[in-house]
Amino acid sequence: MPVSGLRAVFVCVVFVFAALAAAAPSRAQDGDFAALVAQLAVGAFEEKVAAIEALVATGDPRVQAILEAVADRNLYVREADGLVAIGADHPDGLSLTDAVTGDDLGVVASRDVDRVRANNRLRRLAGSAIGTLTLMNPDPAVRLAAAEAVFRSQDASALSALDQALAEETDDAVRQAMAKARAAILLDSDDPAARLQAVETLGALTDPEIRSMLAAMLRQSNDGSFQETDEAVRAAAGEALDAIEGRLATWRVAGYVYQGISLGSVLLLAAIGLAITFGVMGVINMAHGEMVMLGAYTTYVVQQIFRDLAPGLFDVSLLVAIPAAFLVAGLAGIAIERGIIRFLYGRPLETLLATWGLSLILQQLVRTVFGPTNREVGSPSWMQGAIETTAGITLTYNRLYIILFSLIVFAGLIFVLRRTALGLQMRAVTQNRQMARAMGIRTDRVDALTFGLGSGIAGMAGVALSQIDNVSPNLGQSYIIDSFLVVVFGGVGNLWGTLAGAFSLGIANKLLEPYAGAVLGKILVLVAIILFIQKRPRGLVALKGRAVEG
Amino acid sequence: MPSPRTGYVPILLRLDPGGVVLLAIVLGAAVLVPVLNLAVPPDSPFHVPSYLVSLWGKYLCFALLAVSVDLVWGYCGILSLGHGAFFALGGYAMGMHLMRQIGDRGVYGHPVLPDFMVFLDWDRLPWYWHGFDSFAFAMMMVLLVPGTLAFVFGWLAFRSRVGGVYLSIISQAMTYALMLAFFRNDMGFGGNNGLTDFKDLLGFDLQADGTRAALFAASALALALGYLVCRLMMLSKFGRVVMAVRDGESRTRFLGYRVEYYKLVVWVVSAMLAGLAGALYVPQVGIINPGEFSPANSIEIIVWVAVGGRGTLYGAALGGVLVNYAKTYFTGAAPEIWLFLLGGLFIAVTLFLPKGIVGTAADGWRSLRRRIRAPARGTVP
Repeated sequence: MPVSGLRAVFVCVVFVFAALAAAAPSRAQDGDFAALVAQLAVGAFEEKVAAIEALVATGDPRVQAILEAVADRNLYVREADGLVAIGADHPDGLSLTDAVTGDDLGVVASRDVDRVRANNRLRRLAGSAIGTLTLMNPDPAVRLAAAEAVFRSQDASALSALDQALAEETDDAVRQAMAKARAAILLDSDDPAARLQAVETLGALTDPEIRSMLAAMLRQSNDGSFQETDEAVRAAAGEALDAIEGRLATWRVAGYVYQGISLGSVLLLAAIGLAITFGVMGVINMAHGEMVMLGAYTTYVVQQIFRDLAPGLFDVSLLVAIPAAFLVAGLAGIAIERGIIRFLYGRPLETLLATWGLSLILQQLVRTVFGPTNREVGSPSWMQGAIETTAGITLTYNRLYIILFSLIVFAGLIFVLRRTALGLQMRAVTQNRQMARAMGIRTDRVDALTFGLGSGIAGMAGVALSQIDNVSPNLGQSYIIDSFLVVVFGGVGNLWGTLAGAFSLGIANKLLEPYAGAVLGKILVLVAIILFIQKRPRGLVALKGRAVEG
Repeated sequence: MPSPRTGYVPILLRLDPGGVVLLAIVLGAAVLVPVLNLAVPPDSPFHVPSYLVSLWGKYLCFALLAVSVDLVWGYCGILSLGHGAFFALGGYAMGMHLMRQIGDRGVYGHPVLPDFMVFLDWDRLPWYWHGFDSFAFAMMMVLLVPGTLAFVFGWLAFRSRVGGVYLSIISQAMTYALMLAFFRNDMGFGGNNGLTDFKDLLGFDLQADGTRAALFAASALALALGYLVCRLMMLSKFGRVVMAVRDGESRTRFLGYRVEYYKLVVWVVSAMLAGLAGALYVPQVGIINPGEFSPANSIEIIVWVAVGGRGTLYGAALGGVLVNYAKTYFTGAAPEIWLFLLGGLFIAVTLFLPKGIVGTAADGWRSLRRRIRAPARGTVP
């Protein structure tokens, strides 16, 4: 049957849109409408198909709900009087709505109704009919979704509806989606010229799905014949495929670079505090990772407080957590400096031992207080979601915000070091402690504040990391080695080096990953760093002058 | 006592008292513990149970590892955060030999391939597994693999004068990279699970009391030998240059010494000793897995040395045994406070005992002697 049936649908659809275009919805008499619905419910298969076509032809707004009910198998006939109704699940059985009048028929037991029999073909037919109906919906978002649906189904019956809708369409994005769907349908057309045109239309777009469609045309079956019979079309498809492949490859590399920048921003956040405590002060702070962890747990506590006291303000909890984490980790850092580090200046390798011991204690402390399992930290609504590009690359908002945040923190730190009195004193103390003291700088106070600043920045990094990583007592440990490598690679004592180091390591890691695998890629990067240090023992951006030997 | 410079002095006289005590204890234990385990009946109060033999054998391996780290850190001033890698590589070399000894007694009963390779559907032994069925070859590899890695790493690092903190951090990166590599199944070293289910060594059942006692004795002898090698190296002229490098690298270089070669020799010897310790460790604990490469392990070794007292060798051995004994005790008795204790120990040792236990004890002993002598002299007019 299908051919004549489909033709009938075309005719009907054209008729519908002709009618709609005339802006005179030809409302069938309710009696006729009810008869069609009844035919759909109880008729034989051929009659049901005809009923769907006829219903679409009425252009009646009630049709969509009925067709959806057919597609979802929610159309019922009441046993008592043969009334056709749309059902919805209800604890006591089904709640019915009259399909024709829209009246609420109350709740009935499921044994009092018969489900309208609809095989898969009928449901598909109903589905595509819905698609054509929605192509003309006044809401552009609905039209766009409908066009996408047609593109995916590549249902030839939607072609005339598409043509009609395309002529009416004013929104560019929707028009493009419709053109894409139309070309995808024409790819199966019997006319080589139409196919050729479709290939050309599709070749201009960059989409992984189009790539597989074109690749399918070029596939050779076992007997040597191609899926696509016409040679000119085949050649065009090959060219289009190459063009798409090329653009997709560019996009893919762009995607890796983006992931690399994202990883680099995380590394930067984790390492930048270390660049202060290790790079500027010469303290090998193995407890740096635990400062990050403290920041993440501060975020958790702040969020718990917001959940308990002001659930409505949950979205701002992260903004409150940033200064809170800075304070908590910064105060912890000052306490560490006053309690332990200040006795160990000039003995960098011993600060390593003491701070490593400290990191064990802090981890165990957090494990005792919060438990060993991961704590759940929520994302505010403005950080959820993602930007999706047509080429299949997803940019999640939380990653974007972290990149932004890391750059802001970096800029802020540069500002503090360059433009504030504290920064001036810090640089003076690092360059020449005795001379700075002779000039009246209270060096021990500056030491404590510097260490506190580095630790506080680590705490802020913890807020960011809580959004993308598990908040557990081991959070810090997983970043400490990478952070040290970033600082050493970038060049100790130079913040710009840390910036360059973080992003180049992040990007190198992500570019290697697709070819070598995640683990091997990381190993390669580690080996590369070890070799790089041999070549340039002072890192990417080396300090020059007397400070080097200090 | 004649000064070391005037002619020949017997080896034992050239050792410091602490070293003599260490050698006496270790060699005594090498004889006594197996005897007390094997010959004394189990109901006697002097019987040493087998599990203790293996446990203390493990401690002795850690002591040897600590001695090897002390050699580079205490005498040459190189703080290695990657010595666990050499230890683990020695352990893997031994483990590969033990795997080959299993033969067809594995779960899958394959005549050649170890179980994990059968599981991964490999059809032949990778090239780097060949030769490990020979004990002599495996023992050579126990020393050569860590030695070669140390040579390459040290050659690159010392020649380009990477030192201090930078060296510590890239040695940490080295062990971290190796850990990631050994976690991969494709590497052919059993991935995550490592090598285990060992059956026997040189035909002796690893579970048998006699084998365990023999391994204990071997560990004790290795520790004694390792100590002697390090000590004699440091007593020689070579050792004096090495210590000069530690105390003033630039000055030593200006005096005309090729500093990097001295460092390289010490570094490679140390790595080989660490590999030996790993090789003895593996049959006694029955498993080697990539966790041994973890950077935290390497840092822990540094603690042992710091606690015992760096720059004395016997102090490092003492630290290795003491910290691990405490670890076994506390992880059994109160696991949640072990990390507090270990962390606290780290901080306390660096703040209050910068010379470690033996260094502080020696200082105390010296001042005590001075105090006893001073009044005695005072009475003489």
